[in-house]
Order: sequence, then structure tokens, then C-alpha cells
Amino acid sequence: MIEVKNIKKSFGEKVIVNDVSVKMDDGKCNLIIGTSGSGKTVFMKCLVGLFEPDNGEILYDGRNFLSMTVEEKKDIRKQIGMLFQGSALFDSLTVEQNIMFPLNMFTTENHSNKIKRANEVLERVNLEGANKKFPAELSGGMKKRVGIARAIVLNPKYLFCDEPNSGLDPQTSLVIDKLIQEITVEYNITTVINTHDMNSVMEIGDHIMYLHQGLKEWEGTNKEIIYSKSEMLNEFIFASEFLRDAKDMRMLEESGKIDNDRNMEDIMNVEGPIIPPNDKENS
Amino acid sequence: MTFFTELGRYLLLIKGMFSRPENTKMYWKELMHQCAEIGLGALGIVVIISFFMGAVSALQTAYQLTNPLFPKSTIAQIVRDTVILEFAPTLVCIVLAGVIGSKIASELGNMRVTEQIDALEIMGINTKTYLVLPKILAGLLMIPMLVIIAAALGIWGGKVAGVMSGVLAPNIYDQGLLENFLPYNVFFALSKAYTFAFLISSIPAYYGYYVQGGSLEIGRASTKAVVVSCVAILFADYLLAALLLQ
Repeated sequence: MIEVKNIKKSFGEKVIVNDVSVKMDDGKCNLIIGTSGSGKTVFMKCLVGLFEPDNGEILYDGRNFLSMTVEEKKDIRKQIGMLFQGSALFDSLTVEQNIMFPLNMFTTENHSNKIKRANEVLERVNLEGANKKFPAELSGGMKKRVGIARAIVLNPKYLFCDEPNSGLDPQTSLVIDKLIQEITVEYNITTVINTHDMNSVMEIGDHIMYLHQGLKEWEGTNKEIIYSKSEMLNEFIFASEFLRDAKDMRMLEESGKIDNDRNMEDIMNVEGPIIPPNDKENS
Repeated sequence: MTFFTELGRYLLLIKGMFSRPENTKMYWKELMHQCAEIGLGALGIVVIISFFMGAVSALQTAYQLTNPLFPKSTIAQIVRDTVILEFAPTLVCIVLAGVIGSKIASELGNMRVTEQIDALEIMGINTKTYLVLPKILAGLLMIPMLVIIAAALGIWGGKVAGVMSGVLAPNIYDQGLLENFLPYNVFFALSKAYTFAFLISSIPAYYGYYVQGGSLEIGRASTKAVVVSCVAILFADYLLAALLLQ
């Protein structure tokens, strides 16, 4: 579990993250959402130690990361896997070498065991046979999957994903989301995801935190977000008419008034209003 | 950013390099990789430049040395001393500042911009030790060797040019090389080579490591790294001459 207490980070006079506290549980996808410039990336970089917060506490399973020695921080970092927005694969290394890099650096396993482990994680992200390819030869989705494979190769306890769906088509985004969710549950990892993708919010958001201008404005689950009364959050999440319609549909479905699993054509063919008149009056 | 802020950050980068390696084998591999990149990567240009540098210096000395009172072997002496004292260490290192310096700055800059350095940091690796130290050590190992090769080729180039143009006979040139030879000059040349090697590898590493932005900034950092390295080499050249050639 990761617990953040009153984190504040500013650059010069500008406060980027302001007094944010949150708890992120094991085996759950914890999403940080917010508009561009809301402080999501800075917040995540504070969590992994790339930025040092001005004040506050970051507790990894009860141990305060900020008061640790350099060596203790290194130990924590060995338990952290991170998927970067641009994947951050090492250009000069093949897929296999990229995945084996943490193994080579931190384990004393023999070469064949390392290859075996690399193949295991490649299989887990559905990239069997891509071992000898260089990052330049991979598509955006494949790069992300290699990034995930590299992040999980040392069996981390914490997984951080910065905009895992950026630059991907909706179908590939879904595949990446599902993969992250499955891995989170399978390895019981505390996963923290920075995202703009509303599909991810609705599909895998076990726990969601909405940041606005560095402040935590809302916190809840993907079920609760539909009923949120926060205007700012609603404007951000359900920005387009299409998304507002989708929200209405989800609300109707949640309240049992429609069954979204039915073929939509069947619903459309029903004569008369879909919502019984009494309910319509009440609503 | 002021000069002193930059100098402070540069010194902190150098200080930050000295930490215990996470895995000695991986660091050794990286050092060997950098040695090959820096040494073999720059060998071709060093061979070409140093040969012609010696050749031109022999012909120009012969052109200026018109007084019949001076023996022809003086040409070889002048070529030898100018090549050892100045051309091989300084001129070659200025060329290397361009070749190696831009490569180091752009490589690290690209790694910074594409978050590869952040990825290494998050893995728990000291990136200053893993990325910068091997480059500086490789520079300190390979650049003095390149300077020695440059000096030998420069002197040989002078002989080839002198003989082919009929300025002097090969035995006269060889005789001139042995006359008034000061081994201290070689020590001086190597002192310069080690100093310049450190500057050539550490200054571009600093500019590359701290790049912020995108590809445009990588280009700017690379250019700045080469310019600052060249100025630092010339400044150090003067300082060493003033200190060691009294």
C-alpha cells in the first residue's frame, strides 16, 4: 500500500501539487486524473522519487520514503516498476536485452534463467517472438507492452504508469488497460496510473483521484464517478455530448432501468418509451 | 544561468559519479563499450588529420627555412617538436571535442528527453555513475592513446611529405628526429592529453545529462558542449604551457 500525506511541491513561486493526501491499496488500479498542467505527472514523479516534495510524507507499506537513506531508497526502487509515457526503452538494446537489463543489474541468476524469465514476461504481455527486435522496429502498442514487461520482470510491489494509453488507438488502449488490470490483480501490485483516457477511468478505475490545479478535488471509484456532483469533475470527465450520453446510459443501466447487455436494436424496436411513464415522471 | 551556477552543477555531477556500482560486471561492460565507441569511433579521423598535419608542417617548414646555414635535419626537429608539443595533443583534441563531445552530449541528451535516464533512476541505478563515469574513464583511457598515435603518424607524415617532395632524404629526416630530443616534451604532451581528455568527456556529459526539452534542445546542448569544450581546451592549453614550460 502507498499512503501519501499532505504532499506539496512547488517550482519557484508556482505551487504544482498542494497538500494532497491519498491512500492507494494493493491489487487495485489507482488512477490519477486531471487536465493538462493539473500536477499529475509531478505528483507521480514525487512518489517515485524523481522530484523531492517540499513537505509531506510518502509511505511505502508504512515506511517513509522521504526520510530513507540513499541505500534504503534504492531498495524501495528495486520494488518499483514504471511504464513511461514514451515507453523509455533503451534504443541500443533489443527487446530481450531491455527486459533483461534489470535482471542483469540486480540478480545473480545465470544467463539461461534470465532468458527464461524474459520469455515468461514477454509471453505474459503477448509478445512472444519479439525478443530480437529493436525498439525502433516496434509499434506504439508493442513498445508499451515491452515497457510493461520490463516493469514487471523483477516482480515489483508497486507499478507506476504514466499515460499508458497516450498515442494509442482505442482498441490497443483497451488491450493495455486490460493487461495492466490483470497484472495488478495477478501479482497483487499497488498500481498507480496517470491518465486522460476516460475509457480507462470507467473500465479499470478501482480508485480514482481527480487533481485540479494541484489540489485533490474528488476521490472515489469508477462506479461513484457517474453520480459525482462535482461540477469541475463532470466538466472534465464528461466533456463531450457523446460522453454525457454514455454517462446517462450508464446511470440508467446502474439503476436497472435498461439492460445494456441487450442488443440496442431490440431496445429501439420496443414500442413506446423505454422508461416506464411513472419513472419518467419521478425523474 | 550564471557561470558559477553552471560550474557548481558541473562539479556536483562529477562528485555524484563516485558511488558504489550496483553490479561491477555491468559497469565494466559499459566501460568497454564506451572505450570502443570513443577509441575506435574516432581513430579514422585522427589518422587522417595527424598524417596531413605532419605532412603540411614539414612542407611549410621547408618553405620558410631558406637559409643554407640551417641543416635540412632541422626540418625534422621542428616537425617533431611542433607535432609532439602542440599539434597532436591540442589540435587532435579540438577535433575530438567535436567528434566525441557531440556524440556524448547528444546520446545523454536523447536519453534524458526520452526518459531513459528517469527509467534507470527508478530502477535504483545511480545514472551519474552508470552513464557518465564510464564515458569519462573511457576518454581518459583512449584519448591519450589517440594522441600518441597522432604524434607518431604526424611525424611519419612529415617524413613521407618531405621525401616525396624531394625536400630532404629519409636518413636526414631520421637523423633530425634524434637530434636535441627532450623526453620531457612527451611528458608535457601526455599531461595535456589527459587534461583535455577529461574536459572533452566531462563537459559534453554535463550538457547532455541536464538537457531539458526536445530535439531542438539536444542540438543546442550538443553545439554548446563542443564550443565550451574547445574554449576549455585552449584555456587549459595556455595554463599548462605557462605552468610546465618554464
